[in-house]
Amino acid sequence: MDLFNIFQQIEKIDPEVYNKLDTRRHAMKQFTNISGKIALAAIPFALGSMFNKTYARQATGTSVKEVLSLALTLEYLEAAFYKKGLETTGLIPAEGIGAITTISNHETAHVKFLQNVLSGMGGFAASPTFDFTAGGTFATVFSNYDLFLALSQAFEDTGVRAYKGQAIYLAGSGDVLTAALNIHSVEARHAAHIRSMRRSRNKLGAETVDLRPWITLKQSGIATSAVDPVYAGEETTVQANVNISAINNMGDKNASESFDEPLTGAQAVAIASLFIKS
Amino acid sequence: MDLMKTPSPEEGKKVMPGLHRRHFLKYLGAGASLAAIASFAACNKDDDNDNNIGDGVSLGSGDIAVLNYAYALEQLEAAFYTQVIASQFAGMTATEVSFFTDIRNHEIGHREFFKAALSGNAIPALEVDFSKVDFGKRDSVLATAKAFEDLGVSAYNGAGRFISATEAGKTYLGLAGKIVSVEARHAAYIRDLISNGSFANAEVIDANGLEMSKTPAQVFAIAGGFIKTKINTNTLPA
Repeated sequence: MDLFNIFQQIEKIDPEVYNKLDTRRHAMKQFTNISGKIALAAIPFALGSMFNKTYARQATGTSVKEVLSLALTLEYLEAAFYKKGLETTGLIPAEGIGAITTISNHETAHVKFLQNVLSGMGGFAASPTFDFTAGGTFATVFSNYDLFLALSQAFEDTGVRAYKGQAIYLAGSGDVLTAALNIHSVEARHAAHIRSMRRSRNKLGAETVDLRPWITLKQSGIATSAVDPVYAGEETTVQANVNISAINNMGDKNASESFDEPLTGAQAVAIASLFIKS
Repeated sequence: MDLMKTPSPEEGKKVMPGLHRRHFLKYLGAGASLAAIASFAACNKDDDNDNNIGDGVSLGSGDIAVLNYAYALEQLEAAFYTQVIASQFAGMTATEVSFFTDIRNHEIGHREFFKAALSGNAIPALEVDFSKVDFGKRDSVLATAKAFEDLGVSAYNGAGRFISATEAGKTYLGLAGKIVSVEARHAAYIRDLISNGSFANAEVIDANGLEMSKTPAQVFAIAGGFIKTKINTNTLPA
Protein backbone atom coordinates (compact mmCIF):
# COMPACT_ATOMS: atom_id res chain seq x y z
CA MET A 1 0.00 0.00 0.00
CA ASP A 2 1.55 3.24 -1.14
CA LEU A 3 0.31 5.67 1.45
CA PHE A 4 1.96 8.67 -0.12
CA ASN A 5 0.30 7.92 -3.43
CA ILE A 6 -3.09 7.68 -1.75
CA PHE A 7 -2.65 11.10 -0.21
CA GLN A 8 -1.56 12.52 -3.54
CA GLN A 9 -4.68 11.14 -5.17
CA ILE A 10 -6.89 12.59 -2.47
CA GLU A 11 -5.08 15.90 -2.76
CA LYS A 12 -5.78 15.97 -6.49
CA ILE A 13 -9.46 15.43 -5.88
CA ASP A 14 -9.68 17.90 -3.05
CA PRO A 15 -6.84 20.41 -2.83
CA GLU A 16 -8.20 21.64 0.49
CA VAL A 17 -8.18 18.27 2.14
CA TYR A 18 -5.34 19.18 4.46
CA ASN A 19 -7.07 22.29 5.67
CA LYS A 20 -10.00 20.10 6.48
CA LEU A 21 -7.78 17.51 8.11
CA ASP A 22 -5.59 20.02 9.96
CA THR A 23 -2.35 19.93 7.91
CA ARG A 24 -0.82 17.21 5.84
CA ARG A 25 1.82 16.35 8.42
CA HIS A 26 -0.79 15.91 11.07
CA ALA A 27 -2.84 13.72 8.76
CA MET A 28 0.16 11.54 7.96
CA LYS A 29 1.08 11.29 11.61
CA GLN A 30 -2.44 10.46 12.64
CA PHE A 31 -2.64 7.80 10.02
CA THR A 32 0.75 6.30 10.91
CA ASN A 33 -0.34 6.11 14.52
CA ILE A 34 -3.50 4.31 13.59
CA SER A 35 -1.89 1.94 11.12
CA GLY A 36 0.76 0.88 13.60
CA LYS A 37 -1.93 -0.56 15.79
CA ILE A 38 -4.15 -2.37 13.32
CA ALA A 39 -3.96 -5.17 10.80
CA LEU A 40 -3.16 -4.24 7.23
CA ALA A 41 -6.53 -5.46 6.00
CA ALA A 42 -8.30 -2.93 8.18
CA ILE A 43 -6.39 0.06 6.84
CA PRO A 44 -8.98 1.12 4.28
CA PHE A 45 -11.54 1.25 7.06
CA ALA A 46 -9.22 3.26 9.29
CA LEU A 47 -8.59 5.66 6.43
CA GLY A 48 -12.29 5.84 5.91
CA SER A 49 -13.05 6.75 9.48
CA MET A 50 -10.35 9.41 9.39
CA PHE A 51 -12.06 11.09 6.47
CA ASN A 52 -15.49 10.47 7.82
CA LYS A 53 -15.57 13.74 9.76
CA THR A 54 -14.25 15.66 6.79
CA TYR A 55 -16.78 14.38 4.35
CA ALA A 56 -19.58 13.44 6.71
CA ARG A 57 -22.01 15.73 4.95
CA GLN A 58 -21.67 13.88 1.66
CA ALA A 59 -23.11 10.48 2.23
CA THR A 60 -21.91 7.84 -0.20
CA GLY A 61 -23.36 4.81 1.46
CA THR A 62 -25.83 2.31 0.28
CA SER A 63 -28.92 2.88 2.40
CA VAL A 64 -31.88 4.53 0.74
CA LYS A 65 -31.35 7.63 2.84
CA GLU A 66 -27.67 7.81 1.98
CA VAL A 67 -28.41 7.36 -1.69
CA LEU A 68 -30.94 10.19 -1.66
CA SER A 69 -28.59 12.39 0.36
CA LEU A 70 -25.86 11.99 -2.22
CA ALA A 71 -28.40 12.75 -4.93
CA LEU A 72 -29.45 15.88 -3.07
CA THR A 73 -25.83 17.08 -2.84
CA LEU A 74 -25.50 16.76 -6.61
CA GLU A 75 -28.82 18.48 -7.20
CA TYR A 76 -27.84 21.32 -4.84
CA LEU A 77 -24.71 21.73 -6.93
CA GLU A 78 -26.54 21.78 -10.26
CA ALA A 79 -29.35 24.04 -9.03
CA ALA A 80 -26.90 26.57 -7.56
CA PHE A 81 -24.80 26.49 -10.72
CA TYR A 82 -27.66 27.33 -13.08
CA LYS A 83 -29.16 29.87 -10.69
CA LYS A 84 -25.88 31.74 -10.55
CA GLY A 85 -25.47 31.42 -14.32
CA LEU A 86 -28.91 32.86 -14.99
CA GLU A 87 -28.33 35.67 -12.48
CA THR A 88 -25.03 36.68 -14.05
CA THR A 89 -25.85 39.46 -16.48
CA GLY A 90 -24.37 39.03 -19.91
CA LEU A 91 -23.24 35.43 -19.45
CA ILE A 92 -25.96 33.52 -21.27
CA PRO A 93 -26.86 34.79 -24.75
CA ALA A 94 -30.52 35.10 -25.72
CA GLU A 95 -30.57 31.82 -27.64
CA GLY A 96 -29.42 29.88 -24.58
CA ILE A 97 -31.76 31.36 -21.97
CA GLY A 98 -34.70 29.08 -22.74
CA ALA A 99 -32.79 25.80 -22.43
CA ILE A 100 -30.79 26.86 -19.38
CA THR A 101 -34.00 28.02 -17.69
CA THR A 102 -35.68 24.67 -18.44
CA ILE A 103 -32.75 22.78 -16.97
CA SER A 104 -32.46 25.13 -13.99
CA ASN A 105 -36.14 24.67 -13.19
CA HIS A 106 -35.75 20.89 -13.27
CA GLU A 107 -32.74 20.94 -10.93
CA THR A 108 -34.55 23.21 -8.49
CA ALA A 109 -37.54 20.88 -8.63
CA HIS A 110 -35.25 17.90 -7.97
CA VAL A 111 -33.87 19.65 -4.88
CA LYS A 112 -37.36 20.26 -3.53
CA PHE A 113 -38.50 16.77 -4.38
CA LEU A 114 -35.54 15.09 -2.66
CA GLN A 115 -35.85 17.42 0.35
CA ASN A 116 -39.48 16.40 0.66
CA VAL A 117 -38.70 12.71 0.45
CA LEU A 118 -35.82 13.01 2.92
CA SER A 119 -37.98 15.05 5.31
CA GLY A 120 -40.09 11.95 5.67
CA MET A 121 -36.97 9.94 6.47
CA GLY A 122 -35.64 12.06 9.29
CA GLY A 123 -34.38 15.19 7.57
CA PHE A 124 -31.87 16.47 5.07
CA ALA A 125 -28.62 18.44 5.10
CA ALA A 126 -28.55 22.09 4.07
CA SER A 127 -26.82 23.00 0.84
CA PRO A 128 -23.04 23.29 0.98
CA THR A 129 -21.39 26.49 -0.25
CA PHE A 130 -20.01 26.02 -3.73
CA ASP A 131 -16.99 27.36 -5.56
CA PHE A 132 -17.67 26.70 -9.23
CA THR A 133 -14.20 27.88 -10.18
CA ALA A 134 -12.92 24.79 -8.31
CA GLY A 135 -10.21 26.83 -6.66
CA GLY A 136 -9.36 28.67 -9.88
CA THR A 137 -9.36 25.73 -12.31
CA PHE A 138 -12.44 27.20 -14.00
CA ALA A 139 -11.73 30.83 -13.10
CA THR A 140 -13.88 32.34 -15.88
CA VAL A 141 -16.86 30.00 -15.58
CA PHE A 142 -19.32 32.89 -15.10
CA SER A 143 -17.81 35.18 -17.72
CA ASN A 144 -16.98 32.68 -20.47
CA TYR A 145 -20.21 31.13 -21.76
CA ASP A 146 -18.43 28.26 -23.48
CA LEU A 147 -16.73 27.31 -20.24
CA PHE A 148 -20.07 27.60 -18.46
CA LEU A 149 -21.58 25.15 -20.97
CA ALA A 150 -18.57 22.84 -20.65
CA LEU A 151 -19.02 22.68 -16.89
CA SER A 152 -22.75 22.22 -17.35
CA GLN A 153 -22.08 19.21 -19.56
CA ALA A 154 -19.70 17.78 -16.96
CA PHE A 155 -22.31 18.22 -14.22
CA GLU A 156 -25.13 16.66 -16.24
CA ASP A 157 -23.04 13.70 -17.36
CA THR A 158 -21.90 13.27 -13.75
CA GLY A 159 -25.53 13.34 -12.64
CA VAL A 160 -26.45 10.63 -15.12
CA ARG A 161 -23.58 8.43 -14.03
CA ALA A 162 -24.08 9.02 -10.31
CA TYR A 163 -27.81 8.18 -10.30
CA LYS A 164 -27.03 5.13 -12.40
CA GLY A 165 -24.46 3.96 -9.86
CA GLN A 166 -26.85 4.40 -6.95
CA ALA A 167 -29.94 2.85 -8.55
CA ILE A 168 -28.96 -0.70 -7.66
CA TYR A 169 -29.03 0.22 -3.96
CA LEU A 170 -32.67 1.19 -4.40
CA ALA A 171 -33.63 -2.18 -5.92
CA GLY A 172 -36.87 -3.37 -4.40
CA SER A 173 -37.78 0.04 -3.01
CA GLY A 174 -40.66 0.62 -5.41
CA ASP A 175 -41.66 4.26 -5.66
CA VAL A 176 -38.27 5.55 -4.49
CA LEU A 177 -36.49 3.58 -7.21
CA THR A 178 -38.99 4.77 -9.82
CA ALA A 179 -38.48 8.38 -8.74
CA ALA A 180 -34.69 8.05 -8.94
CA LEU A 181 -34.94 6.49 -12.41
CA ASN A 182 -37.30 9.26 -13.47
CA ILE A 183 -34.73 11.86 -12.43
CA HIS A 184 -31.87 9.90 -13.98
CA SER A 185 -33.31 10.06 -17.50
CA VAL A 186 -34.02 13.78 -17.16
CA GLU A 187 -30.35 14.39 -16.41
CA ALA A 188 -29.52 12.43 -19.56
CA ARG A 189 -31.88 14.59 -21.61
CA HIS A 190 -30.16 17.69 -20.19
CA ALA A 191 -26.72 16.29 -20.98
CA ALA A 192 -27.71 15.54 -24.56
CA HIS A 193 -29.07 19.04 -25.11
CA ILE A 194 -26.07 20.81 -23.57
CA ARG A 195 -23.83 18.72 -25.80
CA SER A 196 -25.82 19.84 -28.85
CA MET A 197 -25.56 23.46 -27.71
CA ARG A 198 -21.80 23.12 -27.40
CA ARG A 199 -21.56 21.42 -30.76
CA SER A 200 -23.50 24.14 -32.52
CA ARG A 201 -21.25 26.82 -31.00
CA ASN A 202 -18.24 24.88 -32.27
CA LYS A 203 -15.99 26.17 -29.50
CA LEU A 204 -14.76 23.13 -27.71
CA GLY A 205 -11.40 24.59 -26.76
CA ALA A 206 -8.14 22.89 -27.63
CA GLU A 207 -9.61 19.43 -27.67
CA THR A 208 -10.87 18.61 -31.13
CA VAL A 209 -13.53 15.97 -30.80
CA ASP A 210 -16.73 15.35 -32.67
CA LEU A 211 -19.06 16.06 -29.77
CA ARG A 212 -22.39 14.21 -29.91
CA PRO A 213 -25.44 13.99 -27.63
CA TRP A 214 -24.10 10.62 -26.42
CA ILE A 215 -20.72 10.02 -24.79
CA THR A 216 -18.13 8.74 -27.26
CA LEU A 217 -15.44 6.65 -25.56
CA LYS A 218 -14.23 8.81 -22.65
CA GLN A 219 -14.04 11.99 -24.69
CA SER A 220 -15.23 15.13 -22.91
CA GLY A 221 -14.75 17.75 -25.58
CA ILE A 222 -13.44 19.87 -22.73
CA ALA A 223 -9.87 21.06 -22.93
CA THR A 224 -8.79 20.29 -19.40
CA SER A 225 -7.88 17.04 -17.70
CA ALA A 226 -9.71 18.32 -14.61
CA VAL A 227 -12.91 16.76 -15.98
CA ASP A 228 -11.32 13.39 -16.74
CA PRO A 229 -12.88 11.70 -13.67
CA VAL A 230 -16.32 12.57 -15.10
CA TYR A 231 -15.66 10.39 -18.14
CA ALA A 232 -13.30 7.73 -16.81
CA GLY A 233 -14.67 4.28 -17.64
CA GLU A 234 -17.15 5.50 -20.28
CA GLU A 235 -14.97 3.86 -22.96
CA THR A 236 -16.27 0.42 -21.93
CA THR A 237 -17.24 -1.73 -24.93
CA VAL A 238 -18.01 -5.10 -23.31
CA GLN A 239 -21.27 -5.57 -21.40
CA ALA A 240 -21.94 -8.72 -19.38
CA ASN A 241 -19.37 -10.57 -21.47
CA VAL A 242 -20.95 -9.47 -24.74
CA ASN A 243 -18.50 -7.68 -27.03
CA ILE A 244 -20.67 -4.81 -28.27
CA SER A 245 -18.05 -3.49 -30.72
CA ALA A 246 -18.33 -6.67 -32.80
CA ILE A 247 -22.10 -6.41 -33.20
CA ASN A 248 -22.90 -5.22 -36.72
CA ASN A 249 -19.19 -4.25 -36.91
CA MET A 250 -20.11 -1.02 -35.14
CA GLY A 251 -16.67 -0.54 -33.59
CA ASP A 252 -15.58 0.85 -30.25
CA LYS A 253 -17.02 4.36 -30.65
CA ASN A 254 -20.62 3.28 -31.17
CA ALA A 255 -20.20 0.45 -28.68
CA SER A 256 -19.09 2.83 -25.92
CA GLU A 257 -21.88 5.26 -26.79
CA SER A 258 -24.63 2.66 -26.65
CA PHE A 259 -24.16 2.07 -22.91
CA ASP A 260 -23.59 4.79 -20.31
CA GLU A 261 -21.50 3.69 -17.34
CA PRO A 262 -22.18 4.19 -13.62
CA LEU A 263 -20.05 6.11 -11.13
CA THR A 264 -19.64 4.81 -7.61
CA GLY A 265 -20.77 7.02 -4.75
CA ALA A 266 -17.13 7.75 -3.88
CA GLN A 267 -16.35 8.76 -7.48
CA ALA A 268 -19.38 11.06 -7.58
CA VAL A 269 -18.43 12.63 -4.24
CA ALA A 270 -14.86 13.15 -5.43
CA ILE A 271 -16.13 15.07 -8.45
CA ALA A 272 -18.63 17.12 -6.43
CA SER A 273 -15.99 17.85 -3.78
CA LEU A 274 -13.95 19.81 -6.33
CA PHE A 275 -16.69 22.42 -6.19
CA ILE A 276 -17.63 22.33 -2.51
CA LYS A 277 -16.16 25.16 -0.47
CA SER A 278 -17.67 24.36 2.88
CA MET B 1 -15.99 5.60 6.69
CA ASP B 2 -18.44 6.53 4.03
CA LEU B 3 -15.83 7.80 1.63
CA MET B 4 -13.97 4.53 1.52
CA LYS B 5 -16.96 2.28 1.62
CA THR B 6 -17.36 1.64 -2.06
CA PRO B 7 -13.73 1.30 -3.18
CA SER B 8 -12.63 -0.89 -0.29
CA PRO B 9 -11.82 -4.38 -1.57
CA GLU B 10 -14.44 -6.23 0.45
CA GLU B 11 -17.34 -3.93 -0.30
CA GLY B 12 -16.16 -3.40 -3.85
CA LYS B 13 -16.60 -7.03 -4.71
CA LYS B 14 -20.34 -6.67 -4.58
CA VAL B 15 -20.38 -4.08 -7.30
CA MET B 16 -17.53 -5.36 -9.43
CA PRO B 17 -18.59 -6.18 -12.97
CA GLY B 18 -16.75 -9.52 -12.87
CA LEU B 19 -18.97 -10.94 -10.19
CA HIS B 20 -22.07 -9.49 -11.72
CA ARG B 21 -21.19 -10.96 -15.01
CA ARG B 22 -20.77 -14.36 -13.49
CA HIS B 23 -24.13 -14.13 -11.76
CA PHE B 24 -25.72 -12.79 -14.85
CA LEU B 25 -24.43 -15.49 -17.14
CA LYS B 26 -25.02 -18.24 -14.63
CA TYR B 27 -28.57 -17.12 -14.16
CA LEU B 28 -29.30 -16.80 -17.81
CA GLY B 29 -27.18 -19.71 -18.95
CA ALA B 30 -25.74 -17.53 -21.66
CA GLY B 31 -23.12 -19.68 -23.27
CA ALA B 32 -24.22 -19.88 -26.84
CA SER B 33 -22.43 -17.85 -29.46
CA LEU B 34 -24.10 -14.92 -31.12
CA ALA B 35 -24.13 -16.73 -34.43
CA ALA B 36 -25.98 -19.70 -33.03
CA ILE B 37 -28.58 -17.49 -31.39
CA ALA B 38 -28.98 -15.44 -34.53
CA SER B 39 -29.73 -18.50 -36.63
CA PHE B 40 -32.14 -19.78 -34.00
CA ALA B 41 -33.96 -16.46 -33.99
CA ALA B 42 -34.05 -16.42 -37.77
CA CYS B 43 -35.81 -19.79 -37.80
CA ASN B 44 -38.38 -18.52 -35.39
CA LYS B 45 -39.02 -15.50 -37.51
CA ASP B 46 -39.83 -17.71 -40.48
CA ASP B 47 -42.21 -19.68 -38.34
CA ASP B 48 -44.11 -16.62 -37.21
CA ASN B 49 -45.63 -16.01 -40.61
CA ASP B 50 -47.62 -19.20 -40.80
CA ASN B 51 -47.89 -20.01 -37.14
CA ASN B 52 -49.95 -17.78 -34.93
CA ILE B 53 -49.66 -19.52 -31.59
CA GLY B 54 -52.78 -19.20 -29.49
CA ASP B 55 -51.87 -16.63 -26.84
CA GLY B 56 -48.79 -15.35 -28.63
CA VAL B 57 -45.14 -15.26 -27.70
CA SER B 58 -44.59 -15.66 -23.96
CA LEU B 59 -42.19 -13.25 -22.32
CA GLY B 60 -41.43 -15.76 -19.57
CA SER B 61 -41.71 -14.93 -15.91
CA GLY B 62 -40.01 -12.82 -13.24
CA ASP B 63 -36.87 -10.92 -14.24
CA ILE B 64 -36.76 -12.77 -17.56
CA ALA B 65 -40.15 -11.32 -18.51
CA VAL B 66 -38.93 -7.80 -17.76
CA LEU B 67 -35.76 -8.37 -19.81
CA ASN B 68 -37.75 -9.79 -22.71
CA TYR B 69 -40.02 -6.77 -22.49
CA ALA B 70 -36.98 -4.53 -22.97
CA TYR B 71 -35.73 -6.84 -25.72
CA ALA B 72 -39.04 -6.51 -27.58
CA LEU B 73 -38.81 -2.71 -27.51
CA GLU B 74 -35.18 -2.77 -28.63
CA GLN B 75 -36.15 -5.02 -31.53
CA LEU B 76 -38.76 -2.48 -32.54
CA GLU B 77 -36.34 0.44 -32.35
CA ALA B 78 -33.52 -1.37 -34.14
CA ALA B 79 -35.82 -2.40 -36.99
CA PHE B 80 -37.12 1.15 -37.29
CA TYR B 81 -33.70 2.84 -37.51
CA THR B 82 -32.41 0.15 -39.87
CA GLN B 83 -35.20 1.24 -42.20
CA VAL B 84 -34.52 4.94 -41.54
CA ILE B 85 -30.93 4.52 -42.74
CA ALA B 86 -31.80 2.15 -45.59
CA SER B 87 -34.38 4.56 -47.06
CA GLN B 88 -33.36 8.03 -45.91
CA PHE B 89 -35.96 10.78 -45.86
CA ALA B 90 -35.65 13.64 -48.31
CA GLY B 91 -33.28 16.35 -47.18
CA MET B 92 -31.49 14.35 -44.46
CA THR B 93 -28.32 16.32 -43.70
CA ALA B 94 -24.87 14.76 -43.43
CA THR B 95 -24.88 15.27 -39.68
CA GLU B 96 -28.31 13.68 -39.42
CA VAL B 97 -27.14 10.67 -41.46
CA SER B 98 -24.18 10.33 -39.11
CA PHE B 99 -26.25 10.69 -35.94
CA PHE B 100 -29.06 8.41 -37.12
CA THR B 101 -26.44 5.82 -38.06
CA ASP B 102 -25.11 6.09 -34.51
CA ILE B 103 -28.61 5.62 -33.12
CA ARG B 104 -29.27 2.63 -35.41
CA ASN B 105 -26.04 1.01 -34.22
CA HIS B 106 -26.84 1.74 -30.57
CA GLU B 107 -30.25 0.10 -30.93
CA ILE B 108 -28.85 -2.90 -32.76
CA GLY B 109 -26.26 -3.13 -29.99
CA HIS B 110 -29.02 -3.10 -27.37
CA ARG B 111 -31.06 -5.68 -29.27
CA GLU B 112 -28.17 -8.08 -29.79
CA PHE B 113 -27.01 -7.57 -26.23
CA PHE B 114 -30.38 -8.71 -24.87
CA LYS B 115 -30.54 -11.56 -27.34
CA ALA B 116 -27.13 -12.84 -26.28
CA ALA B 117 -27.73 -12.27 -22.58
CA LEU B 118 -31.16 -13.90 -22.56
CA SER B 119 -29.92 -16.76 -24.70
CA GLY B 120 -32.41 -19.64 -24.52
CA ASN B 121 -34.89 -17.47 -22.62
CA ALA B 122 -35.06 -14.85 -25.35
CA ILE B 123 -38.27 -14.34 -27.26
CA PRO B 124 -37.96 -14.87 -31.03
CA ALA B 125 -37.37 -12.09 -33.51
CA LEU B 126 -40.56 -10.06 -33.77
CA GLU B 127 -42.24 -9.08 -36.97
CA VAL B 128 -42.77 -5.35 -37.13
CA ASP B 129 -45.29 -3.25 -39.01
CA PHE B 130 -44.18 0.22 -40.07
CA SER B 131 -46.92 0.72 -42.64
CA LYS B 132 -48.01 3.85 -40.77
CA VAL B 133 -44.59 5.44 -41.31
CA ASP B 134 -43.65 7.33 -44.46
CA PHE B 135 -39.89 6.80 -44.48
CA GLY B 136 -39.48 9.31 -47.32
CA LYS B 137 -40.85 12.12 -45.19
CA ARG B 138 -38.85 13.81 -42.48
CA ASP B 139 -41.87 14.69 -40.36
CA SER B 140 -43.19 11.15 -40.33
CA VAL B 141 -39.83 9.61 -39.43
CA LEU B 142 -39.05 12.15 -36.71
CA ALA B 143 -42.51 11.86 -35.16
CA THR B 144 -42.19 8.07 -35.01
CA ALA B 145 -38.64 8.27 -33.67
CA LYS B 146 -39.78 10.68 -30.97
CA ALA B 147 -42.62 8.36 -29.99
CA PHE B 148 -40.32 5.34 -29.82
CA GLU B 149 -37.57 7.05 -27.83
CA ASP B 150 -39.89 8.67 -25.30
CA LEU B 151 -41.69 5.34 -25.04
CA GLY B 152 -38.43 3.47 -24.50
CA VAL B 153 -37.35 5.77 -21.67
CA SER B 154 -40.71 5.70 -19.93
CA ALA B 155 -40.89 1.91 -20.32
CA TYR B 156 -37.46 1.26 -18.82
CA ASN B 157 -38.16 3.71 -15.98
CA GLY B 158 -41.52 2.14 -15.29
CA ALA B 159 -40.21 -1.43 -15.37
CA GLY B 160 -37.23 -0.94 -13.05
CA ARG B 161 -39.33 -1.52 -9.96
CA PHE B 162 -40.44 -4.93 -11.22
CA ILE B 163 -36.90 -6.30 -11.32
CA SER B 164 -36.14 -8.45 -8.29
CA ALA B 165 -33.89 -7.22 -5.49
CA THR B 166 -31.69 -10.31 -5.76
CA GLU B 167 -28.02 -10.02 -6.78
CA ALA B 168 -28.97 -11.06 -10.30
CA GLY B 169 -31.80 -8.53 -10.29
CA LYS B 170 -29.44 -5.73 -9.30
CA THR B 171 -27.21 -6.70 -12.20
CA TYR B 172 -30.15 -6.43 -14.58
CA LEU B 173 -31.16 -3.12 -13.08
CA GLY B 174 -27.61 -1.82 -13.55
CA LEU B 175 -27.53 -2.95 -17.17
CA ALA B 176 -30.97 -1.51 -17.93
CA GLY B 177 -29.78 1.74 -16.35
CA LYS B 178 -26.83 1.83 -18.73
CA ILE B 179 -29.20 1.64 -21.67
CA VAL B 180 -32.05 3.91 -20.58
CA SER B 181 -29.92 7.04 -20.33
CA VAL B 182 -28.73 6.47 -23.90
CA GLU B 183 -32.37 6.23 -24.98
CA ALA B 184 -32.99 9.51 -23.15
CA ARG B 185 -30.11 11.08 -25.08
CA HIS B 186 -31.67 9.87 -28.33
CA ALA B 187 -35.05 11.21 -27.25
CA ALA B 188 -33.60 14.63 -26.46
CA TYR B 189 -31.75 14.78 -29.78
CA ILE B 190 -34.80 13.85 -31.84
CA ARG B 191 -37.07 16.20 -29.92
CA ASP B 192 -34.60 19.01 -30.57
CA LEU B 193 -34.59 18.15 -34.28
CA ILE B 194 -38.36 18.57 -34.34
CA SER B 195 -38.37 21.67 -32.17
CA ASN B 196 -35.15 22.95 -30.64
CA GLY B 197 -35.52 23.28 -26.88
CA SER B 198 -38.18 20.59 -26.51
CA PHE B 199 -35.64 18.02 -25.23
CA ALA B 200 -37.32 17.76 -21.83
CA ASN B 201 -40.58 19.64 -22.05
CA ALA B 202 -43.83 19.20 -20.13
CA GLU B 203 -45.00 16.41 -22.47
CA VAL B 204 -42.50 14.08 -20.82
CA ILE B 205 -41.39 15.76 -17.56
CA ASP B 206 -43.75 16.50 -14.66
CA ALA B 207 -43.83 19.44 -12.26
CA ASN B 208 -41.35 17.71 -9.93
CA GLY B 209 -38.81 17.49 -12.74
CA LEU B 210 -39.42 13.74 -13.04
CA GLU B 211 -39.81 11.84 -16.29
CA MET B 212 -43.31 10.39 -16.58
CA SER B 213 -42.80 6.64 -16.64
CA LYS B 214 -45.25 4.15 -18.11
CA THR B 215 -46.49 0.74 -17.07
CA PRO B 216 -46.00 -2.21 -19.45
CA ALA B 217 -49.72 -2.11 -20.30
CA GLN B 218 -49.47 1.55 -21.28
CA VAL B 219 -46.35 0.84 -23.31
CA PHE B 220 -47.85 -2.06 -25.24
CA ALA B 221 -50.93 -0.01 -25.98
CA ILE B 222 -48.63 2.25 -28.02
CA ALA B 223 -45.93 -0.18 -29.21
CA GLY B 224 -48.44 -2.88 -30.10
CA GLY B 225 -49.51 -0.95 -33.15
CA PHE B 226 -46.06 -1.46 -34.64
CA ILE B 227 -45.58 -5.12 -33.71
CA LYS B 228 -47.22 -7.78 -35.87
CA THR B 229 -46.15 -10.76 -33.78
CA LYS B 230 -48.63 -11.56 -31.05
CA ILE B 231 -47.10 -11.18 -27.62
CA ASN B 232 -48.54 -12.67 -24.48
CA THR B 233 -48.17 -9.92 -21.90
CA ASN B 234 -49.95 -11.82 -19.13
CA THR B 235 -46.75 -12.51 -17.21
CA LEU B 236 -45.80 -8.84 -17.08
CA PRO B 237 -46.62 -6.81 -14.00
CA ALA B 238 -49.63 -4.58 -14.53
